Amino acid sequence: MAGANGVGKTSLLRMVCGLAPIESGRILWNDTPIHSQSDVYRQDLCYLGHLNALQESMTVNENLVFTAALAGNAPEPTRLQEVLAHFGVRGRGEQLVKHLSQGQKRRVALSRLALSQARLWVLDEPFVAMDEKGVRMLADLIAGHLGKGGLAVITSHQQVDIGTLAPQMLELRA
Amino acid sequence: MKKLGLFGVMAALLRREVSVALRQKGEVLTPLVFFVVVASLFPLGVGPESALLLRMAPGVLWVSALLAAMLSLQRLFATDHADGSLEQMALSSTPLGLLVAAKALAHFLLSGLPLVLMAPVLGLQFGLESRSLGILMLTLLLGTPTLSLIGSIGAALTLGVRGAGVLLSLLILPLYIPVLIFGAGAVEADAAGLGIGGHLSLLAALLVLSVFFAPLATKTALRISLE
Repeated sequence: MAGANGVGKTSLLRMVCGLAPIESGRILWNDTPIHSQSDVYRQDLCYLGHLNALQESMTVNENLVFTAALAGNAPEPTRLQEVLAHFGVRGRGEQLVKHLSQGQKRRVALSRLALSQARLWVLDEPFVAMDEKGVRMLADLIAGHLGKGGLAVITSHQQVDIGTLAPQMLELRA
Repeated sequence: MKKLGLFGVMAALLRREVSVALRQKGEVLTPLVFFVVVASLFPLGVGPESALLLRMAPGVLWVSALLAAMLSLQRLFATDHADGSLEQMALSSTPLGLLVAAKALAHFLLSGLPLVLMAPVLGLQFGLESRSLGILMLTLLLGTPTLSLIGSIGAALTLGVRGAGVLLSLLILPLYIPVLIFGAGAVEADAAGLGIGGHLSLLAALLVLSVFFAPLATKTALRISLE
């Protein structure tokens, strides 16, 4: 999903997540409005907004374990290590989040996706503040998710090549 | 990957709250020190006459505890709101009401329970007997969880509002009045030789009511704040 600043991309994503009320129209998941099945819908949903949702005084691992717990999952410690290594923050698991750089925090936040078992990913500007390698890695992760039959709604200002699948482009205009 | 049940998720949230608070020890100690200082100011203000102090003690200790418990309420959801964790909680498949209840429980453990444990020490300063001290602790133990639960409604309503602290006190203090009346009343009633069963039952009833309704109200207020 693309569009100029302030056109309402984030607002639309928050509506898709069920965080913001819908003024008109409907949002369906499996042919049922999301508001009448919010518990089921939230199990299928993983949202990553502008904010990283990391508690600064906890370690990286504690944060990941907690956000996984919110989705009802308890990942193995080895799995956490794997995911962090994959996202280029190897060995940072026991560090407090406040000691990480902005880019590293973003990587940790994104590594939640790898631990998530949700079918729908809603990502608000996931490529911002990522270096070239990070963008590539995230694009591969999204491609893997789509390859497994997942769905992703992404806003972005840059064209990123996500695998072979043809994405549906939506341009919002004021 | 292993799956967590509802209580597993609540326990994870409780663990998180406690471990964050223990790393920021100031947050746990501030209400406690406030409680000690405020309760110690009264003997200095009204003079050392022991009959008067004894008469005032239950009320003074309860009011101080109530204000101290309110101190840390403002931060109950504020940090999670600022860093985006609250959104993630609202999008969790675990009902938000249960998560809110876990947060209120954490608030009680971290700021209510220390007050309960500190109260007898301060009660001694006022010359309360050991029987009265026991009843004071019991009423605080029944009352402070109610304070945390009712307080969570106020914290959710004032989330992201400028001057939230003052607004929070204005909203919440009137709702604390019944807890204060029956809490302090029980200690006085016992000192006067009356039964305290009624007071304790009412405190317990308030607790049960707020356990049931406060998380629902807080949940609704949080969803509105997040819109």
